[in-house]
Amino acid sequence: MRVALLVTCINDALYPDTGKAVVTLLRRLGVDVDFPTAQTCCAQPMVNTGYLDEAVPVVRTYVDAFAGYDAIVTPSGSCAGSARHQHSIVARRSGDPALEAAVAQTGPRTHELSEFLVDVLGVTDVGAYFPHTVTYHPTCHSLRMLGVGDRPRQLLEKVRGLTLVDLPQAEECCGFGGTFAVKNADTSVAMGSDKARHVRETGAEMVVAGDNSCLMHIGGLLSRERSGVRPVHLAEILASTEDSEGRSDGPAVGARAGERA
Amino acid sequence: MTSARDEILAAVRAALDGVEPAGPLPPPPTVRPVDDLVGLFVERVEDYRAVVTRCAADEVAATVAAALAGGSAVVPSGLGIEVPGSVVDPSTGSGHRDGLSATDLDGIDAVVTAARVGIAETGTIVLDHAEDQGRRAISLVPDLHVCVVRADQVVADVPDAVALLDPARALTWISGPSATSDIELDRVEGVHGPRTLHVVLVE
Amino acid sequence: MTGGTFVGMPAFPEAARAALGDTQLRHNLAHATHTIRDKRARVVAEVEEWEELRVAGTAVKEAALRDLATHLEQLEASLTARGATVHWARDAAEACAIVARVTHAHGADEVVKVKSMATAEIGLNEALEAEGIAAWETDLAELIVQLGDDLPSHILVPAIHRNRAEIREIFRRRMGDVGRPAPDDLTDEPSVLAAAARAHLREKFLRAKVAVSGANFAVAETGTLVVVESEGNGRMCLTLPEVLISVVGIEKVVPTWRDLDPLLRLLPRSSTGERMNPYTSMWSGVTPGDGPQEVHVVLIDNGRTRALADDVGRQALRCIRCSACLNVCPVYERVGGHAYGSVYPGPIGAILNPLLNGVSDPQTASLPYASSLCGACFEVCPVRIDIPSVLVDQRAQVVDSHRGDAVPKPEAVAMRATAWAFSDARRLRWAHRASGGAGRVLDRLGRTTLPGGRRAAGRLPGPGAAWTSARDLPAPPAESFRAWWQRTDGGRR
Repeated sequence: MRVALLVTCINDALYPDTGKAVVTLLRRLGVDVDFPTAQTCCAQPMVNTGYLDEAVPVVRTYVDAFAGYDAIVTPSGSCAGSARHQHSIVARRSGDPALEAAVAQTGPRTHELSEFLVDVLGVTDVGAYFPHTVTYHPTCHSLRMLGVGDRPRQLLEKVRGLTLVDLPQAEECCGFGGTFAVKNADTSVAMGSDKARHVRETGAEMVVAGDNSCLMHIGGLLSRERSGVRPVHLAEILASTEDSEGRSDGPAVGARAGERA
Repeated sequence: MTSARDEILAAVRAALDGVEPAGPLPPPPTVRPVDDLVGLFVERVEDYRAVVTRCAADEVAATVAAALAGGSAVVPSGLGIEVPGSVVDPSTGSGHRDGLSATDLDGIDAVVTAARVGIAETGTIVLDHAEDQGRRAISLVPDLHVCVVRADQVVADVPDAVALLDPARALTWISGPSATSDIELDRVEGVHGPRTLHVVLVE
Repeated sequence: MTGGTFVGMPAFPEAARAALGDTQLRHNLAHATHTIRDKRARVVAEVEEWEELRVAGTAVKEAALRDLATHLEQLEASLTARGATVHWARDAAEACAIVARVTHAHGADEVVKVKSMATAEIGLNEALEAEGIAAWETDLAELIVQLGDDLPSHILVPAIHRNRAEIREIFRRRMGDVGRPAPDDLTDEPSVLAAAARAHLREKFLRAKVAVSGANFAVAETGTLVVVESEGNGRMCLTLPEVLISVVGIEKVVPTWRDLDPLLRLLPRSSTGERMNPYTSMWSGVTPGDGPQEVHVVLIDNGRTRALADDVGRQALRCIRCSACLNVCPVYERVGGHAYGSVYPGPIGAILNPLLNGVSDPQTASLPYASSLCGACFEVCPVRIDIPSVLVDQRAQVVDSHRGDAVPKPEAVAMRATAWAFSDARRLRWAHRASGGAGRVLDRLGRTTLPGGRRAAGRLPGPGAAWTSARDLPAPPAESFRAWWQRTDGGRR
């Protein structure tokens, strides 16, 4: 099985450790994951802001970069949702039947990380160790657009050393919403501050989710409040082991040392 | 000048140009079998804070009298239950409105009617305003509605009721006393319709 | 007001900012939306086959819409055969004029009204007032809005933004101006307030000659109109006056009598969170000896055929006005209904207003963006309107409407630049090198450390300020993922 990593534009530019964690994790599970360097972005920022014409070349880049892979794995429910549910809209807009045919191939092969682990690889115990108390926020697109259900929880429950505490009103949106976060910044922050409050109420050390975009928003508020609670991507927890935990250059805790390595 | 009618219908047709009509409809889910229809009906009616009294066929008149507690009452002409001292609404089925006025009805404490069907799942009574139920106004204006429902009139759920009812008749579906949730979404029973619904279930 | 939008409203972000600062509103809304959300969840969970029911309800409405002209003609024929007079109105002004004409024909200077979204949409009360006709709202929440000279903020509970203390004050101050005053000992208990409304409105019900209603459903096959309500004010209006005028959107038609089944099972549970609402009235034209003996039905377009022509947005016409989408919406929960500037607020309003009116008005054009696209609305919609997809499509229509602008908006310039960078990975690498350089600088200069030890980027200028005014942002790392992959051969070196 040829497996490609869709690292996503935001992880590529801002959260490279999440991408490294997926590579570490999948290799540990025996998957020789490739990173097609022609990839850029899933085009969701353009599509969700209404720029469909502008999204056409971006989707074209996507299908060209990932052509021929059996599975495309991404540490983002939102980007997986974009490929599966929105690329066809962009392709129709392009009027190019070849692009429509291409997205019909790449779309269904795009899997969010927890879906890939549980459904494609059939594992829930990935051999991870993470001795921290965390709370899980199901991001809207993974929850409602993809329907990942309890897969992330199944994976987290098998992590040694990890204590998972329930997040009150977990299924309510954090308020990120892509360009919503700046176009309607006040409303976005009002939603996010309630989410941050619920996170703090749990007493967890970290809030875990499958999307760094939502975590950037929730974490940005938690940081501004000097709450001492930090966001962590699911992939980084699952990549963490007894050997990597505590090391400043290991993928799981890389964020702790900044990106200076 | 084209009429509004023609213009709207033309705009509808233009809007749907090239849109395929829908295929056959999926059947709505069927109703789960209910073991104790009448028991469920009573439970669900009471859930709306309506009063339910179960009685035998020969106890109906006494049960109704007890429910009225000596207040004045209006009854439809074809009720078929002895309600001593009650006013019979003369206009029922007569095809004109020289019966009791709305103001007359507003001066009467209660109304006694039969029903067409009871729905167990939702605790609903449906009136089809036949002669044993009377025109719509009499079961609306008085503040107490005593409604006599026979156990054999109770069906399981909404689809059974829709199948039984005649759309040529005016119909009133009643689920508990009048109510509102317009103040802070807290439910309050008793607004414009009868503030008390008393269901007499005849077994 | 035409097409349901309030004149002079600011665009959504500005209106929302003001609403977010209203502490009383925030508190009232949080209480009300969570109460109704929990009630809905409880009664929906009782129905094992809820998803099948949603599919069935969707199919009924979809079938009606896809052959709408046929069903409308059948509805007209059925109603006429049952003694009703059918009118057609292209827009709000025509519809209002018909209602005024019929009312005047009976020498009436007042009408009693059943709560109706269609009449709110066409601004009927204001139009009748201009004709010297007083329109009395009889639904409790509509009464609160009318007495308070206020605007509705919710489809089902137009006064959801008011709490009991505010309602008591409105009743005390205003009831006496238009009829029976509130009793001197009026408290803020909901049951006491409801009793005051009962007493105030009863004289109006008993004397009214003309009533105006909407309809939740109109059955083409039988000419049956259906009004779903709770308080009995609907029954009063539909039963006691001599003349009844029902204003009905053309999308309210369902083909057959049996089609009511899934909809009557879906609506109350989705709407008020009840197994069944207290009262549902069904009638077809004139019933001899019972109820109004003169019945008019005004079928209105008012933008509906515009919406019908929209391949993606057409599904919004399936809406049965339950307001479940408002109640679960995290945006609505915080900003309330007024921020949407329309009688149709919330997620359904954010798509319905642009569909009915187009997106040329900046206020309407701001509505498709008034959502984080979280999808909670689609999840609860009883007729499966994919609101997020329609929102995204509406956003594209907004952007497309500006493609001919002589001076493109800064957002368009930024989006085009981003898309250009994302269209070729080589361009992206240059961008990363620039951001990596900036990151190294910010990392040294940044005075904020994020929880976990990473440096924050500090306060950004320009549009970035919308982010950093309330949220920290990590400084870009020195090395992007792709640079790391290439430098280390995917970590193998």
